Amino acid sequence: MKKKYTFGWDQGVSVFLVLTVVVGGFISEYFATIDNISFVIQDVAEIAIIALAMTYLIIAGEIDLSVASILSLTSATVGFLFRNGTSFEVAIVGGLLVGLLCGLLNGYLVTVIGLPSLAVTIGTLALFRGLCYALLGNEPVNELPENWIVLGYENIPGTFLPWSAIPLAILAAIAWIVLHYTRIGRWTFAIGINPEAAKFSGIPVARMKLGLFAMTGLMSGVAGVVYTLRFASASPDGAVGYELSVIAAVLFGGVAIAGGIGTLWGVLAAVLSLGAIRSVLQLIDFSANALLVVSGALLLISVVAPKAIEIYQSRRNSAFVTK
Amino acid sequence: MIKKLAKVVAAAAIVGALVATAVTPASAVVPGIKSGLKIAIMPKAVNIGYFTAWNKGAQKACKEIGAKCTYVGPTEATGPAQVQFINKIIQQKYDVLVISAADQNAIVPSLKKAKAAGITVVTSDADVAEASASSRVVSILPAASSRIGTAQVDWIAEAVGKKGSIAVLSAAATAANQNAWIKAMGPYLTKKYPKMSWVGGTVGKSTFYGDDDATKSTAQFAAILSQYPDVAGIISPTTVGVLAAAIEKKAKSAKVKVTGLGLPSQMAPYIEDGTVKKVGLWNPIDLGYVAVYAAARAESGTFTGKVGTSFKAGTTTYKVTTGGVAFLGDPFTFTKENIKTFKKIY
Repeated sequence: MKKKYTFGWDQGVSVFLVLTVVVGGFISEYFATIDNISFVIQDVAEIAIIALAMTYLIIAGEIDLSVASILSLTSATVGFLFRNGTSFEVAIVGGLLVGLLCGLLNGYLVTVIGLPSLAVTIGTLALFRGLCYALLGNEPVNELPENWIVLGYENIPGTFLPWSAIPLAILAAIAWIVLHYTRIGRWTFAIGINPEAAKFSGIPVARMKLGLFAMTGLMSGVAGVVYTLRFASASPDGAVGYELSVIAAVLFGGVAIAGGIGTLWGVLAAVLSLGAIRSVLQLIDFSANALLVVSGALLLISVVAPKAIEIYQSRRNSAFVTK
Repeated sequence: MIKKLAKVVAAAAIVGALVATAVTPASAVVPGIKSGLKIAIMPKAVNIGYFTAWNKGAQKACKEIGAKCTYVGPTEATGPAQVQFINKIIQQKYDVLVISAADQNAIVPSLKKAKAAGITVVTSDADVAEASASSRVVSILPAASSRIGTAQVDWIAEAVGKKGSIAVLSAAATAANQNAWIKAMGPYLTKKYPKMSWVGGTVGKSTFYGDDDATKSTAQFAAILSQYPDVAGIISPTTVGVLAAAIEKKAKSAKVKVTGLGLPSQMAPYIEDGTVKKVGLWNPIDLGYVAVYAAARAESGTFTGKVGTSFKAGTTTYKVTTGGVAFLGDPFTFTKENIKTFKKIY
C-alpha cells in the first residue's frame, strides 16, 4: 500500500510541473522561452543539487539544516584560497574538501556522539556561517577568473541549457540509480522505515548515516562552487535561507518527513515546479510581497498534503495498512 | 484560471489605454529622448521608505519623458534576490533598467546579460564594484566624498556666523566613509573660513568618536563641551551621532551649534523646535529622477556615459567623472521649511 501511495504523489508532482509550464506559457508570453527555461534551471541548480542528497538523508530519517551554511562556507573557502594566491582549480578542490569535512562533522556528532540531527545541524548552521565571516571578514572576493565565471552565466554553446545543468544531470542520474536500484538505496529506505530492524538485519546503520551526512556536505559544496560562479563572487552572507527551500522541495517532492518514503524523480520535479511557479508569478508582475505568501503556502501544502492523503487513504484501506 | 485570464485581459486593456494616452501628446516629450520607453526601476528591496522616495523621483522623470515605468524588486535586499528580478526584466524586454545594487558583485553577471540583451543599465544610489563598471552605462551617486565633507563645513560656518572653533563627533575611528569626509574638512575650513579654527588645532585632534552608539556619542558630546567650553559648533557626519548631539544639546540647553548628516524622520523634532537649524543627507528623490534621465538619454542614443560627457535632467546638467560616475552635487539639506515633507519619507 505504502509503495502505491508514494508512486501516486511523485506522479502528481510531475503532472503539476507539466501543468505549471503549460499554464505558465499561456498566461505569460515570456515564460516558455528558451532564455527563461535556461534561467529557471540556473536559478534552481544549487537547490536541486543539495536536494539530491537531502532526499537520501530525510528518507533515512535524518535532516541537515546546515546545508546553506556549508554552501556558503565552501564558497568562502574558494574565495579565501584564491585571494591568498592559490590557483582557482586548487581553490575549488579546497572548497569541496571543506564541504565534505562539514558533512563528516555533522555525521560524526549524530552517529558517534548520538545527538539528534535537528539539534546538531541547527548548531552547525550557525557555526559554519560564522566561519564564513571569519574567513572573509566583510570583504567579498570578486575578481575571479573570467574563463571560470562565464560558466556561471552562459549557456552550453548551441543549447539552451546553462553549464550548471551538466553537474546537475550527472549527479541526478547517479543519485537516482543508487537510490532506486542498488543495495545502498534499499538500506537507506530500510533505515528510515525502522532503524532498529535495519540494524538487526545487518545493515551498518551508523556507517550509512555518516556516509549520507558526508555526501550531503559534499553536495552542498558542489552547490557552493556553482553558486560562486553564478554570482561571480564569494561573500560570507551567500545563500541565507536556502536550507528551507531545499527541505520544502524535498517534502513537496513526496519524501515523508518521518522517513522511509520518497522518490528522487518526485524531488526533481518538485524543485523544477517551485522554480517555474516563481518565474511565472514574477513574469505576470505578481507583487513581490504576494510572492512570499505563495512560497510560504506551497511549503505548508507540501507538508500537509501528503499527510492528508495518507490519512485519507489509510482510512479507506484501513484493512491493508500494516504500520 | 478564467478569472486570471480576465484579469490579464483587463490589465492589457488598461495598459493599452495608458500607452495610447502617453503617445498622443507627442509635443510634451523631452527633446533627445525617445517617448514610450519601457523602464524598470529596481530598488535594493521594495517596502523601504528610502526607496519609495527614490521611486517617486524616478516616476516624476518618467512622466516628463513619456516613459512607462515599473517599480519592481525583491522583498529582501540581497544580490541573488535581485538577480531573479533582473532576469524578469530581460525576459519582458524592457528598454531600460535603473537599479540600486544590493550587492556590488553578485548582480554583475546578470547585468552583463541584460546589456547583451540590449537593455540600457544605469545604477543609482548604489553602484557595482569598480572593476565591473562596464556592466552599466553610468552610475548616479549622491555626492563626491570630499564634497560631503566640505558641505558640512559650510553648514556649520553658516550656523556659527563664520567665526569660532569647531569639533567633529564621528562614528568609529575605522569608519572609512566618515574618515574620507573628515579628511576633506580640514584644509577646506582653513582656506574658506579664515576666522574659524579647530578646537584641538587640527581636524584630526578635534575629532571625537561615538562609534555610532547613542550612549557613547552622547558621552563624547559632553566630553567635547567640558574639554573645550568655548566650542562654537560641532559637526556630526553620522545619523547616530547627530541625533545624540541634538538630544543632549536640548537636554543641557547648550549653546553650541550642531549640524551633520541626519535622517529627516529622526531629526524632525529637533529641527522643528530650533535645537538644530540644518542637517543634510542625500535626497533619494533626486537620485531616482536624474538616473531615469541619464538612462533614457543613453537608450535614445543622445548620451554615451563616457567620462567627460554630460547630460541634462530637468533643468540641471550633470557631468560624468572618473569611473563613469555622475554626482548629484551637494547633499540635500533639511530645515524647518521642508522637514515636514521629508520626515514622512525617510
